[in-house]
Amino acid sequence: MRAPSSILPLALVEVTFAAGGRTIVDAITCEIGPSARTVIVGPNGAGKSVLMRLCHGLLAPTTGRIEWRGAGASAVGRRQAMVFQRPVMLRRSAQANIEYALALHGVPRRDRWALARDALGRVGLGHLAERPARVLSGGEQQRLAIARAWALRPEVLFLDEPTASLDPTATREIEAAIDAIHASGTKIVMTTHNLGQARRLADEILFLHQGRLVERAPAIRFFTSPATAEAAAFIKGELPWT
Amino acid sequence: MNSLHEAFAQAAALVASGDPALVDIVLLSLRVSLSAVCIATLIGLPIGAAIGVGRFPGRRALIVVLNALMGLPPVVVGLLVYLLLSRAGPLGELGILFTPAAMVIAQSILILPIIAALARQAIEDAWTEYQEQLRSLGAGRLSAAFTLLRDTRFSLLTAVLAGFGRAAAEVGAVMIVGGNIDGVTRVMTTAIALETSKGDLPLALGLGVILISLVLILNAAAYLTKEAAQRRYG
Ligand SMILES: Nc1ncnc2c1ncn2[C@@H]1O[C@H](COP(=O)(O)OP(=O)(O)OP(=O)(O)O)[C@@H](O)[C@H]1O
Ligand SMILES: [Mg+2]
Repeated sequence: MRAPSSILPLALVEVTFAAGGRTIVDAITCEIGPSARTVIVGPNGAGKSVLMRLCHGLLAPTTGRIEWRGAGASAVGRRQAMVFQRPVMLRRSAQANIEYALALHGVPRRDRWALARDALGRVGLGHLAERPARVLSGGEQQRLAIARAWALRPEVLFLDEPTASLDPTATREIEAAIDAIHASGTKIVMTTHNLGQARRLADEILFLHQGRLVERAPAIRFFTSPATAEAAAFIKGELPWT
Repeated sequence: MNSLHEAFAQAAALVASGDPALVDIVLLSLRVSLSAVCIATLIGLPIGAAIGVGRFPGRRALIVVLNALMGLPPVVVGLLVYLLLSRAGPLGELGILFTPAAMVIAQSILILPIIAALARQAIEDAWTEYQEQLRSLGAGRLSAAFTLLRDTRFSLLTAVLAGFGRAAAEVGAVMIVGGNIDGVTRVMTTAIALETSKGDLPLALGLGVILISLVLILNAAAYLTKEAAQRRYG
């Protein structure tokens, strides 16, 4: 069987998003290609989450265009998934939450159970499969959200601060899971506040500041010799907490 | 004071004796009001969900009207249904005026806005919270509406119960379209009104106590269910 053709690259052309009288994302132009792990960093309120929502299609840009330019771009919705900064779980078991997402993606009923179990196992939640999802701890819900997104086998996975509320052990587990997802051929686009994590996971960095894309660089170069003063200050300022 | 004591004592004796006429009245009340609740729920929940997640012109006006209709006066509903079902009315052919069926129709109309409006509120609140997640997972509005109906089921129980409380307690609508015919359309509320005006306080009081107890028990059960569910599902 031939692999379906890719939906990537994703092109942003002068994308601006304004709300409440403020420009939150300011004329961003860039192209996000396949394979590399793209990590978006920037201070609080820089517009990272909004940019992700725009890319994922939950928000429409005020001006500018967002285009999936791959040959397989006709069914974009089902081939990307997103893990939110604050994921929402349905009032049913962890297992059933994943099965629900699989059902929406047209996975046949007989395959859902095993796929969901497998995804739970990969984030270390196998033993909590039958627990109601909403009573799980914040970190467990975050892992469940990653499992749910992963079970969909997306071509592109957006992760908005996937480890923000996790303890160090869980953070390692999630980073390993993200690595595995990437190794299985999924394009990773994520945000993080943790520059240590950005160093560990990123192939390339998009640095956002006040809604503008200030710098884009391969991860190694970004951390060793940032090209802009804002990025340098950001790295210097954030590093002590990583 | 004394007569009040007496009335209570006689009422208690009457309830305890399980008087068949009394039992019939209670059962008819339950039959009518529960039927009305079923009908209003089947129609009201989908309406509430549709308005809750829908986007269409006039939506906000519709919400205001729906909320206002929660306060429909039962006698007015009774009058309208009476006009519809009376011999000269558009549905006069059915010949169901002064039957329990007419009472069910009137109560359904009375509580439909209550159930729909409360469901709309619950579902819209949940939609605000779930919207991005559900859209991200690929749910369209229709499937999102079903998901929300299921996920808010315990809040919806409260809405349905509010409807039942209203139906069981109202007297104006069933009086007009039922006619309070002994053994045919006499329910608890109309019997209370009649017996009070006749001066038979024990029977009226006995029925009143039963009515309040029923509503209390149902609400307690629903409250406990909801609480248990909240603890279990978060
Ligand atoms: N719908 C909206 N209406 C008005 N303002 C908004 C809206 N969404 C986001 N904002 C504002 O846009 C700015 C950027 O928000 P965003 O969530 O993208 O920041 P972020 O970079 O993800 O920050 P953090 O690191 O804290 O998650 C914030 O100041 C936020 O208050
Ligand atoms: Mg954010």
